[in-house]
Parts: sequence; structure tokens; C-alpha cells
Amino acid sequence: MTGNQQSLALLLFGVFVAATLAITTWASRRRQGSPEEFYAGGRLFSPMENGFAIAGDYMSAASFLGISGLIALFGYDGVLYCVGFLVAWLVVLLLVAELVRNCGRFTLADVLAARMSERPVRIAAGVSSVTVCVLYLVAQMVGAGSLVALLLDETGSRARSWTVIGVGTLMVVFVALGGMRATTWIQIVKAVLLMGGAVALTVLVLVRFHGDIDSLLSTAARHSGQGSDFLAPGLAYGDGWTARLDFVSLGVALVLGTAGLPHILSRFYTVPTAPAARRSVIWSIGLIGGFYLMTIVLGFGAAAVLGTDAVRSSNAAGNTAVPLLALDLGGGAGSTGGTVLFAIVAAVAFATILAVVAGITLASSASVAHDLYASLSRRKDRTPRSEVAVARVAAVGIGAAAIGLGLLADDLNVAFLVGLAFAAAASANLPVLLYSLFWQRFTTRGAVWSVYGGLVPAVVLVVFSPVVSGGPEAIFSGVDFHLFPLQNPGLVSVPLGFLAGWLGTVLSDEAVDARGHAARHAETEVRALTGAGAA
Amino acid sequence: MDMHNARDAGAARLDDPWYDALASGWGGPDEPDETAGPPRRARPPAAEEVYTEVHGSAAFQEVRRRYRRFVFPAAAAFLLWYLAYVVAATTAPGVMARPVAGALNVAMVAGLAQFATTFLLTWAYARHARLRRDRVALELRWVTQEMMRGHGR
Repeated sequence: MTGNQQSLALLLFGVFVAATLAITTWASRRRQGSPEEFYAGGRLFSPMENGFAIAGDYMSAASFLGISGLIALFGYDGVLYCVGFLVAWLVVLLLVAELVRNCGRFTLADVLAARMSERPVRIAAGVSSVTVCVLYLVAQMVGAGSLVALLLDETGSRARSWTVIGVGTLMVVFVALGGMRATTWIQIVKAVLLMGGAVALTVLVLVRFHGDIDSLLSTAARHSGQGSDFLAPGLAYGDGWTARLDFVSLGVALVLGTAGLPHILSRFYTVPTAPAARRSVIWSIGLIGGFYLMTIVLGFGAAAVLGTDAVRSSNAAGNTAVPLLALDLGGGAGSTGGTVLFAIVAAVAFATILAVVAGITLASSASVAHDLYASLSRRKDRTPRSEVAVARVAAVGIGAAAIGLGLLADDLNVAFLVGLAFAAAASANLPVLLYSLFWQRFTTRGAVWSVYGGLVPAVVLVVFSPVVSGGPEAIFSGVDFHLFPLQNPGLVSVPLGFLAGWLGTVLSDEAVDARGHAARHAETEVRALTGAGAA
Repeated sequence: MDMHNARDAGAARLDDPWYDALASGWGGPDEPDETAGPPRRARPPAAEEVYTEVHGSAAFQEVRRRYRRFVFPAAAAFLLWYLAYVVAATTAPGVMARPVAGALNVAMVAGLAQFATTFLLTWAYARHARLRRDRVALELRWVTQEMMRGHGR
């Protein structure tokens, strides 16, 4: 990146930060400090606003830079990712969004606590939500660090560390002061910027190929050095049965994990009704689907315009494919158009990371204050206001922890961390959520077993996976204690989460035929489907 | 409940559930707040009776049946279709590489078909919910809440 591009990118990013700070100030005027306001933004966002915010929360820099980079390097195997990320939203739309909106108040645990004995399920759901959030948060912080190193041509670790610290501090300020209202507006602004950037680049790619997709694809295949293999699956995951199983495992985690991500679930509480929650998801499916279709065009476009070798030589993971493509489409290095486009892409990528980090920090601080603190604290003088104060402190604490972990873990592969967060969400949060919404017999013991029975295997299997030990690219490359062959635990840990929930219920000594049990289930069902008594 | 009547009478109001939501005063920011903790377990037996009664009513069972009848088969279908796609892509790259037209091959068509079916199912679900569930569900909501008030909650 030349000096011009750098200063322009920093200027644009500065404008974004200033705008978001202004939004935070504006959103926190007339602040009352109620939980309704801090966790749910007052529940008065429109479906369209919330749809943009959901899309903003979901589309991370990993998708914008990472997936299009994967496509530029491995062709079709990158497309497999996009499909998983999109199809996942059908689980959210059909089975989760409306029912969760009707049954809960702020967090996942609210939905469970409506039926189960309060304290154990709240603690279990709180622990798993915070775990998932921290994993996802570390992924984003590591991503922020490598993005800066990449875009500012700065391989020194100092720029990296300062970016991680700077990004972390900024989002803590946003979240602690502005709560859900400010976070939502940041997501909306970011989603608009990201979509705008993607549309502009896609149009330029299509113009370059005169709107001929066929010639785009065949040029990409020719310039990839792989010929027609580039357009078929197998380049990244075709290497033996372990790699194939690993991809299926990742696919399962992606599709089932989205519906268990705490920062996605908490977004449904920002609209007033279940039909509004449904409409937000429809908006976000439209935005996310459109975005991934554009990502595919950009990925193949980068392969066609730049050639796979040029992309790989700039960054081995392909993360620079889109910025380089922007430079070329704008007129090449040194031209004004190229400089501007490159700077825009860089600024959008920064903004993206900042917004995603804010969303996750908010969700995890809600889990800490509303679930863990509320269940574990023995203080008699707890009020809604003091709970919000705890949430603000928790946001600062979680932000600090994420900064620390992000600094320590800066060599980890971002895509792997994201896959792990999705696997943990799919194994620990989704089974318990589906069981308590749809299964009459489900008991407290089943709920607790289901959460820990999914979360513990997911984490343990990763510790014994080839990612942690036993290979040249592992975290501890010197030792070998890997017992589990796959990188992503989803294929094993998701069924275990469901199994544990079933087993806990069957072995439960709770009287499931008692009147109270049936009545609580009836209440959950009536509330879930009609919205009676919804917050 | 007769579907056609339901649609005509409810259309105007239901088209925008967002706006009528606050009319009732539910969930408004000024509502006295009992959020500190978890909703209370010890509630009056009346609420329990109301929910059990509504749960047993024909109208509610109809809403529940309509919801489950659409959602369960649809969810099973798209999960299977996605799994089949991923398994085919990883185990049968040869089949997936077969050309269809120009540079398009089976894999590319299958990927685009995944996008298309996702959009299609989203549309179908939204339509089904709007026409077959929303109105009855909203009525049940008011009925339930009225009954609660009647029980002197």
C-alpha cells in the first residue's frame, strides 16, 4: 500500500469512527439505564433496520476478504462456504426467530428459564453463550490484527498489537456507553457500507467482462493454472477422506451454528413482535444471499483479473484478493481510481470488524449480567439498573479479555476460529433451544446435560485435534497429543449435544407426567406461537 | 376458523404488525420494570390455568398444527438437500465437474440452486405464516391476555 492509499484509508476509517461515535452519543441521549434499553434498544427498531443490523452482525471481514480469497485460490471449494453460511438462515427463520422473540426477554437463557428450573439452566446457558462469544470475538480480533498488517504493509508486530488494542478499546466504549441502540446503528451503517462496496466492485467486474458470466468463469479457470478443475469441487478439500469428512463437519457446524449464536439471537429482541422478527430475518436473508452471490463474483473475478498466482504471492491465505482486485479495477496501482477503491475496501473491512466486535461484546455482556450475575449473586438489593451497570462493567472486562487473547493468539487461522465458534454454538446452544421449544417431555436435567454435553466435547475435541498439536501448522507444533483426526468437531459434538439432552431427560427424576410440567410446556407453546405475554 | 374470512378482515391490520404492536401498551419502555431477575416462578395458579386452557382450545391446536406441518417437513427437506450437496461435493467431484453449458458445470448449477431454494423457501414460509397463522395467533394473544386480566393477575 502506498502512502496515498494509506492516508486515504485511514481518513475514511476515521470518518466511520467519528460517525459511529456521533451515533453513540446521539443514541445515549435521554438514557434511562433500563435493561430494556441497554440489551434490546427499546425494542422499537423496524424490521428493515433490524434486518440490516442482523446482516451487519453476521457478515464479518472473514466473509468479505476471506471467502472471496478462498474462491480466488481454490475456486469452487470457496463457494461451498458461502452456501453453508446462507442456508443456515433457514434454520433461524423457520425454527428459531419468532419463537425466541415471543418467549424470551434478552438472552437465550430466558427462553429456557420459562420452562425449567431457573438457576441451573441460566448458569449453563450463560456459560456456553459467553464461551461462544469469546471464541468468535478472538477470531475477529485476530482478523483485525492481520488485516492491518496486510493492508498497511506492516509486518511488524507493533502495528498489529496497537490495532487490536485500538479496535478493542473503541468497541468497548461504544457498547458500554451506547448499549444495543448504538450497536444496532453501527451495524446498520456498516451493512450499508459493506453492501455498497460489494455492489460497486461487482458491477466493475461484470463491466470488465461485458456482463458475460461465462467468459468470467472460463477466464478465471484459465488464469488459475488449474483449468476446468478450478470450477469443480476438490481443490481444497479433495485431499483424502479426513479432509472430506472435515469439510462435512464444518458444513454441519455452519448450518446449525448460526441459530445458536448469542449475538444473533439477541437481535430478535430489538423489534416489537414476532412477525417483525420474521420480517427482519427475511430482510437479512435477502441481504446476506445477495452479498454472498457478489462474493462469488468477486472471488472468480480476482482469479480472472489478477490470476491465482498473483493473489497467492501477495498473501498465502488469499485475504488480499479483494483489495488487489479493487486496485486493478480502479485503474491499477498509482492511478487515482485505484487508490480510492483500494482505500474504500480497506476502510470497509475495518468498519466491518469493529461492528461485529461490538455486537458480540454486547451479547456476551448481556449473558454475564442477565444470566450469570443474576443467578450467582446473593445480593438482595439487585435492581434492573444495577444489572445494567454490571453489564457495562462486563463489556469492559470481556473487551479486555478479548484484547489479551487476540494479542496472544495472533498466529491462529481466523477461519478455523470462526468454524470453532459455530461448532460450539451448534453443539451447546441449538439442541437445548430446539428441545425446549418443541419437546414436551424435556426437563431441567435434560437442558443442563444438553448444554454441557455439547459444549465440553466441542472444546475437548479441539484440544485433541490436529489444530492444537502434531503438525507443522499446529499451535504446539513440537508435541503430538492429537487423538481426533478432524479440525472441526461439529460432526461429533452436535449429535452428542442432542444425545445428552435426550439422555438427561430420560434419566431425569422430575415427574414429567405431573400437572405442573405439562402446564409449563403449554405455557411455553402458547407464548411461542401467539406472543401472549411477550416482552 | 374460516380461512377466507380471516384473511379479509385481518388484512389491513396484519399487513403491518409493527405499527399496531404498541397500541396495547405491551412492551413499551414506560412499563414498570420487573426485569431484575428472571420472571417469577411463583405465579398465581390462574395464569397456569389460562395457558392450559388456551393450549387445549381448537383455535390454538389449529395454529400449532399449521405451523408444525409446514416447518418440520420444510426443515427436514432443506437440511437433507444441503447435506446431499456437501456430501456430493466432497465425495463425487467427478460428477460435480460434468459440464452443463459453457463454463457452467453441475457443481455451479447445484450451488446456485441452493441459493435459489433458500430464497424460495423464505418466500413460501413468509407467505404461509402471513396468510395462515398471523391472524389467528394475534387473536389468541389478545384472548389469552384478556383472560389473564379477568383472573385478576
